Amino acid sequence: MVKVAHVQLSSCCGCLVSLADTYEKLLDVLGAIDLVYSQTLADVKEVPDDVDIILLEGSVCLSDHHALETALACREKAKILVALGACAASGNITRFSRGGQMSKPVHDAFAPLTEVVKCDLAIPGCPPSPESIVAVITAALEGDMDYLEPYAELAKYGSEACGCDLIVKVINKSLCMGCGACAAACPTRAVSMECGRPAIDKEICIKCGACSVQCPRIRFPELIEKIE
Amino acid sequence: MDPFGSYKFAISARATDNQIRKKSQDGGIVSAAYIHGLESGLLDGVIVADKGEDFCAIPKVATTVDEVLSAAGTKYTTSPNLSVLKSAVREYGCDKVGFVGTPCQVQSIRKMLKYPIGYRHVPDKIALVMGIFCMENFPYNGLKTIIEEHCGIKMEDVAKTDIGKGKFWVYSKWGDVKTIKLKDTHPYEQHACHVCMDYTAELADISTGSVGSPDGWSTIFIRTAKGEAFYKAMEEAGVIEIKNIDDVKPGLGLVEKLANSKKENNGKERAHRKEIGLPLPY
Repeated sequence: MVKVAHVQLSSCCGCLVSLADTYEKLLDVLGAIDLVYSQTLADVKEVPDDVDIILLEGSVCLSDHHALETALACREKAKILVALGACAASGNITRFSRGGQMSKPVHDAFAPLTEVVKCDLAIPGCPPSPESIVAVITAALEGDMDYLEPYAELAKYGSEACGCDLIVKVINKSLCMGCGACAAACPTRAVSMECGRPAIDKEICIKCGACSVQCPRIRFPELIEKIE
Repeated sequence: MDPFGSYKFAISARATDNQIRKKSQDGGIVSAAYIHGLESGLLDGVIVADKGEDFCAIPKVATTVDEVLSAAGTKYTTSPNLSVLKSAVREYGCDKVGFVGTPCQVQSIRKMLKYPIGYRHVPDKIALVMGIFCMENFPYNGLKTIIEEHCGIKMEDVAKTDIGKGKFWVYSKWGDVKTIKLKDTHPYEQHACHVCMDYTAELADISTGSVGSPDGWSTIFIRTAKGEAFYKAMEEAGVIEIKNIDDVKPGLGLVEKLANSKKENNGKERAHRKEIGLPLPY
């Protein structure tokens, strides 16, 4: 059975909650895998050495050597390292941390996992929907690389994400046709549609990347065209 | 070139209900499908492009027949229909959502279904995806320029707009009918439409549009198993009247001609974009 571990660094645990939010599907997923490590779901203290898939949520606090060591160890131990959720994929709200907070005022530098170690897949979103997490795990179990390609690409190039991507990559390139997929995808309602184009409220954007990754005018994998 | 994408069968049809036909653009297929869905329980909420102030289009979640009827008719301007999709599921609590959109919006919803990153618990609530034929669209101010500057009708007075016989038609609430040659509207099209290769909403469960059928009728493509089941339910309930597509004028030949011309022209635009180093969806 495929060995899967869930590891958490600087994050709110929302990505794991999202995975658990699949209800009965979670049982299918847990039935299909051997969950070898998960602080919340399993009583195991150490990440074992040979793990097929590590789902790592959270960004890496560069002021904390434990976090760095965990990130490096996970890379070494995992055949497939997945940056689960926006903090791991693109920094998300931890991008805004400048230190001074209780109870660790010296923790001021947070980098997404994708900037610290080489990741194989990155799933943006805050949190990514339960459906998308299950779809990625299922595709990884089945070796469906076609489906995973956009996630592999985000792991490689996607360490920056912001509502501004819609302006720079879509509107500025005369590709936006005003479907509104970005606005509905935004978890904080930072994207509104005005005159058929997204308007970004930068004060509210948490840089989760959901809007631009949902845009069909940036990425439209061919397999979407297969309908039954 | 494959002009229509994959489909099971095509027919010509119109809503049997006079009230729908009076308010709708052509055969009233989308309204008839929505109303049948809401009344039979196949759908419990539908996304419409509602008429806003001064003939602008506003996406809305409709849950009643009256709301569907008051939104009927084509608005030739962008209506971000996907933007209210999550609200249909969350705020309205709909489990069986009906969607209608232009071909590009249908592509968006298909992407959402396959890659639902920001759409928690939405994909399994989409019961029907309808698409409408579309050559291109206008930003609101483009439409306004066409209607106010070229046709001399104020936006607040517009009752209906239409495209047909090579012209853009504006009907005012006071009975005026004004037209402008379609080719004179081209400068106001939104540029993003020119990379689109899809005229007949090839990824919808059911696609429909006036082209190919006589006035007051619509051409329909049934594409998926879901679409076929929904269509059969409508047919059995008698909410649409149908004709064999091969028996109507001008028939699928005209749809094919327009679909191919969109693919050809926009294919050139795509090649041009590549040449000058502009990105395309990939």
